[in-house]
Amino acid sequence: MVATLSVDNLNIRFAHRTGTLEAVAGASLRIEPQECVGIVGESGSGKTQLFLAAMGLLAGVAQVSGSIRFAGNELLGAKAAALNRVRGSKLTMIFQDPMTSLTPHLRIGTQLAEVLVSHAGLSWKEARGAAERMLEQVRIPDPKRRLQQYPYELSGGMRQRVMLAMSLLCKPDLLIADEPTTALDVTLQAQIMELLRAARGETGMALALISHDLGVIAGLADRILVMYAGRIVENASAAELLLRPRHPYTAELLKCVPRLSGPRSARMPTLAGQPPQPGEALQACPFAPRCSRAADRCRVQPPTLAGSSMSQVACHFPLS
Amino acid sequence: MKAPLLQVRNLRVEFGQQLAVRDVNFDLFAGETVGLVGESGAGKSTLARALLRLLQPAQGSVQLAGLDLLKCPPAVMRAQRRNLQIIFQDPLASLNPRMTVGDAIAEPLLIFEPELTAAARRGRVAAMLERVSLTADMASRYPHELSGGQCQRIGIARAAVLRPNLLVCDEAVSSLDVSIQGQIINLLLDLQQEMGMAILFISHNLAVVRNLSHRVLVMYLGKLVEVASSEALFAAPVHPYTRALLAAVPRIPPVAGAPEPLAEASLAADSITHGCAFRDRCPYALPLCASTDPPLSEIAAGRWVACHRSHETLNPLS
Repeated sequence: MVATLSVDNLNIRFAHRTGTLEAVAGASLRIEPQECVGIVGESGSGKTQLFLAAMGLLAGVAQVSGSIRFAGNELLGAKAAALNRVRGSKLTMIFQDPMTSLTPHLRIGTQLAEVLVSHAGLSWKEARGAAERMLEQVRIPDPKRRLQQYPYELSGGMRQRVMLAMSLLCKPDLLIADEPTTALDVTLQAQIMELLRAARGETGMALALISHDLGVIAGLADRILVMYAGRIVENASAAELLLRPRHPYTAELLKCVPRLSGPRSARMPTLAGQPPQPGEALQACPFAPRCSRAADRCRVQPPTLAGSSMSQVACHFPLS
Repeated sequence: MKAPLLQVRNLRVEFGQQLAVRDVNFDLFAGETVGLVGESGAGKSTLARALLRLLQPAQGSVQLAGLDLLKCPPAVMRAQRRNLQIIFQDPLASLNPRMTVGDAIAEPLLIFEPELTAAARRGRVAAMLERVSLTADMASRYPHELSGGQCQRIGIARAAVLRPNLLVCDEAVSSLDVSIQGQIINLLLDLQQEMGMAILFISHNLAVVRNLSHRVLVMYLGKLVEVASSEALFAAPVHPYTRALLAAVPRIPPVAGAPEPLAEASLAADSITHGCAFRDRCPYALPLCASTDPPLSEIAAGRWVACHRSHETLNPLS
C-alpha cells in the first residue's frame, strides 16, 4: 500500500549567525491512508517546519534535503504548478491563528468558493452552493449570511471552523492541522476536536495533528510521534505511548501534564533545564543534558529511531 | 477569623452599554491562591484590571487592608501600587525591549525605594535574579536575548522585588511549554511561601488551576457563577457551566462517552438584561431562568452557586 505521506531522512537547516541551525534532522515517518497521527513536541522542536516542508511553504532560505512523497509523488523540489495541483485540495493545512489564515478583505464566501473554482473547475455559482453546504457541515449557524461576511465579523471559534470547511472542500486525502485549538477556549476546542473526528469519519481522510497539548492529541490520534530538537524520538500507537512511554523525554513530558483527577498537588512536576536554544551545540543525544538516564554513550553516539513498525524509540536506554 | 486582605464588593465595570463585570463580590486572604476561570470574553482580565484600578469601575469597592482603592486619592493609590503587582501572558511583550533586564527589575525600586544607593539597588537586583533561578550577570542582557521562560522569570522578579501583598497572574504560564510551565508555577509558589502574598491566578487551563489554587472563582459573561474550594469544585462541580467547562477538558488517556461539547453562545452579551446569561447554552434551563437572574448564594459552607437548580441533583451531562 502506498502511504499517504512518507517522509525519508528529512533535514531542514537555516543559516544562523552562530552557525547552522538544524530545525529538522534526519526525520522519517509514514502516514497511512485514514490514519490520524499526532505530533507532539515543545516550541522549536521542528514539528511545524516538517509539515511546512511538505506543503512547500518553508522560508526560501531554508536548506532542505531528503524526500517527502505524497501518495507516491515527490513533493520536495517539485515545481509550483505541480504542487498547486495537490496542495489546497488533496493535501491541506490549517493553522493555529484563524484570523491571520483568512484574507481580511475578501468575503468568507469568496474565499471558500475560490478553492472549488480553481481546484475542481466548478462555476462560481456551484462553488458557492458547495461552500454553503460545507459551512453547514462544520455547524456554522445561518451559513448563507456568513458567506456574505468578512473574517473580522466572525468569532475565533467560527473562523477556525471556516478554515476547517475550506480545508475539507476538495475532500483531502491528508489534512495537516497545526495547533488547531491552541488559540481557543476548552469549550471551542472540544467543538473543533469533534468536527475533526466527524470529518475523518465522513471523508476517510488521514489527519496529521500537530500540538504541544498531549490531551488534544490523546483524544484524536491513532499513533503519536514525539519530536525533540528536530528529531523524532518516539513513534508508537497512542494507547501504548500514553500508558507506557519508552523515551525518557516522553515519560517526563507526560508527568509534567497537570491532571484534572487524582491527588492535587500545588507543586508541579518539572523537567529540569530547557529545550536547546537556536544555534546551541547539541550533544549526540540532544536530550542527554536533561535526562536522568543519560550515560557517556549518549554524549558520543547519536541514538537512532529503531524498533518494530508499531513502536520505535531513539534512545540508548529506553524505559521498558 | 482573619480579616481578608482584599474585599471586593459589588464591583461593576461597564464598556458603554456592555456590562463587562457584573456585581462581583469576593474576598482574598493573605497567602491564599485563588483561581479565576472562564472562557475568553468572560471578563477575567477586566476584573483583574479593575481590582488594580488600571481601569475605572462603574461602581463597587475594592478594600485593601481597609483602604478603598477605588476612592482613595491618586497619591495614596500610587503609594499602594507597590503592594499590587501583575504579570501577563506574553512575557516578552511585558518587558521594555530597550531596557536591560537589570534596569527593568531596578525600576520599581527606583520609584518606591528612592533612598537606596545605586550599589544597594544593584545588590537587590542581583539577589532577585538569583532568586528566580537566573544568574546575576544576566542583568546586562536585553529581553530579546532570552527565552520565553526566562522572560517570564524576569517579569516575576520585577513584580516580586517590592514584596507585594497581592500578585495577579493573568494567564502567566499559558504561552509556555508544559515542561517550563511547572518550573514557573513552582517559582511562584516558593515566592508566595516566602513573602506571604495572595495570588489571583487567571487561567483557562483548568488542570493548572485545580492543582495550584486553594479556592476557585468561575466567571461567565461578567458574573461569578460558582465559588468553591478547588477540592470541592473539581470533585463535584455544581453550576451547569462549571460542569460543561470541566467536561470539555481532554483527558489522558481519553475517556469514552465524553459529553457533547457546549454550543456557542447565542445570546449577545449586551442583550442580557434579565434572566440567567447562561440559559441559552444550559441543558437544564427552566422558564424561570429566562426571567430571573439567579443570585450567587451559599449552598454549603464556603460554596457559592448562582443557579436556580443548585439544590437539585442534576443528571450527568450526556
